[in-house]
Amino acid sequence: MSRQAIQRLGFAVLTIVAVLVVAPIFLVVAVVVFRGLQGISWEFLTAMPRDGMKAGGIFPAIVGTLLLTSGTALVAVPMGLGGAIYLSEYAHDNWLTRAVRLALVNLAGIPSIVYGLFGLGLFVLFLRLGTSVVAGSLTLAMMTIPVIISTAEEALRAVPTEFRTVNLSLGGSRWQGIRRIVLPQALPGITTGIILGLLRAAGETAPILFTVAAFYMPQLPRSPLDQTMALPYHLYVISTQVPNMPGTIQYGTALVLLALVLSMNILASVIRTYFRRRRQW
Amino acid sequence: MVDPISAKIRFEDVSYAYGKDTVLRNIKLGIPSNHITVLFGPAGSGKSTLLRLINRLNDLADDTSLTGRVLLDDEDIYAAGTDVAALRRRVGMVFALPLPLPGTIRYNVLYGPTLGSIQKQADLDSLLVQSLQRAALWDEVKDRLDSPANRLSGGQQQRLCIARSLAQQPEVLLLDEPTSGLDPISTAKVEESLMELERECTIVIVPHSVQQGARLSDYAAFLLMGELVEQGPDKQLFTAPKDKRTEDYVTGRFG
Ligand SMILES: Nc1ncnc2c1ncn2[C@@H]1O[C@H](COP(=O)(O)OP(=O)(O)OP(=O)(O)O)[C@@H](O)[C@H]1O
Ligand SMILES: [Mg+2]
Repeated sequence: MSRQAIQRLGFAVLTIVAVLVVAPIFLVVAVVVFRGLQGISWEFLTAMPRDGMKAGGIFPAIVGTLLLTSGTALVAVPMGLGGAIYLSEYAHDNWLTRAVRLALVNLAGIPSIVYGLFGLGLFVLFLRLGTSVVAGSLTLAMMTIPVIISTAEEALRAVPTEFRTVNLSLGGSRWQGIRRIVLPQALPGITTGIILGLLRAAGETAPILFTVAAFYMPQLPRSPLDQTMALPYHLYVISTQVPNMPGTIQYGTALVLLALVLSMNILASVIRTYFRRRRQW
Repeated sequence: MVDPISAKIRFEDVSYAYGKDTVLRNIKLGIPSNHITVLFGPAGSGKSTLLRLINRLNDLADDTSLTGRVLLDDEDIYAAGTDVAALRRRVGMVFALPLPLPGTIRYNVLYGPTLGSIQKQADLDSLLVQSLQRAALWDEVKDRLDSPANRLSGGQQQRLCIARSLAQQPEVLLLDEPTSGLDPISTAKVEESLMELERECTIVIVPHSVQQGARLSDYAAFLLMGELVEQGPDKQLFTAPKDKRTEDYVTGRFG
């Protein structure tokens, strides 16, 4: 075989592999969109479920997921960002910070059901928060914080040290350099990390299983200490726990969850390009 | 030796080490007020370290030890309770590579002043003009103060960095091979602005060549492997060095 033929063969193989990787994703999205659209209506999005969830809408699940995601953000963003700033800008390299880093890497690998059980033990039972929006948000935040810390720290470290030195040499404090130079430079990376972390939280079932999710609750939570429905758990319930569930409702719910996640993803890209354009570099 | 009375900065028997690695030994040096002092020597002889002791930028390095005293206006800048930020406002620094901060020309020049007390717009405006003029950059940038600083040429960026330091109205300006990345014309412009500045400001420069050192020197000190071999006024070290090692170095017979 000539070298050109080998090269062409190589390209062909790689293309096939690439298609094989992407095809299932397209297939899943296509099926969900196609079958889900039949189930979506104004009522489906805004009404309470009825008839043992076999009719009506999924409004409380949508609201629940939005509430849980916001609650998670409220806790995980300041803590994750604070941790990242500490690790990248202030911490010295010693056994403590090495241990923290090791913990972060390992936390990212822990199965989400373990977070769920931990949340049950710590927040629901020990801190007596009960199965509630607060307990669920805190559990999801525990899972999200390591993601935010790692991505934000990476973004902070990507900012050249020289900028910090210049700030100090002009009589600025460390914090002034962080606030005025380092954070703005790292913001696109940080935002992406935050959104990706929250995305994962929004789609998880296991952590909310024992800490907040209501099986069937045709009303909105009235306080942060109330239970709530949530999209991923609702999807799990109507797909496996309720017999004779109409497919339109199942796929409709899946489509709503997918749309929510995708729109957050798009938001992340929009924010990134916006910052990149505003930063005149 | 400079008359200790007129010295703006004095090193009194300063030794300095990174870990166990002593890089400056018993430095005794007086830097005259409102003149250009040239600090030169071969690579690794400790010039940058000496310079960074003056604005305490070396505080950032881990595991270092200093003995002796460094005095600015007869005050020990390493004494307990020294306000390091205030010291760094009095002692500006320009680095080897131009390091504009991300942002506009105006933002760069006014970065220092807006960190601190100066907030009145009129003051900031006049400071902006004044600093750019003193760095000999005003004419080239006066029409594009709000364009990004990194669109300037390398030479302009370095003068912008000088202007940024000057906006703090420093008493001392430290420059560590400020023209090493610049072409001869930009270098000449930077040197010109330095000679203008020495009237109002004490300048300590590590030159990027012996020739540059000779051009700028009002006072010079030769460092070799952490030891201050020789110091003297005017161009003395370049024209009539007393120490054999200085002579070898300035005549290029070093090594
Ligand atoms: N942060 C540091 N940690 C450990 N050693 C250092 C550090 N900075 C400098 N040194 C060492 O101190 C010595 C003097 O370095 P310095 O940078 O002051 O020399 P220099 O005269 O400025 O050299 P050059 O002409 O190459 O810039 C060198 O041996 C260098 O390896
Ligand atoms: Mg150096």
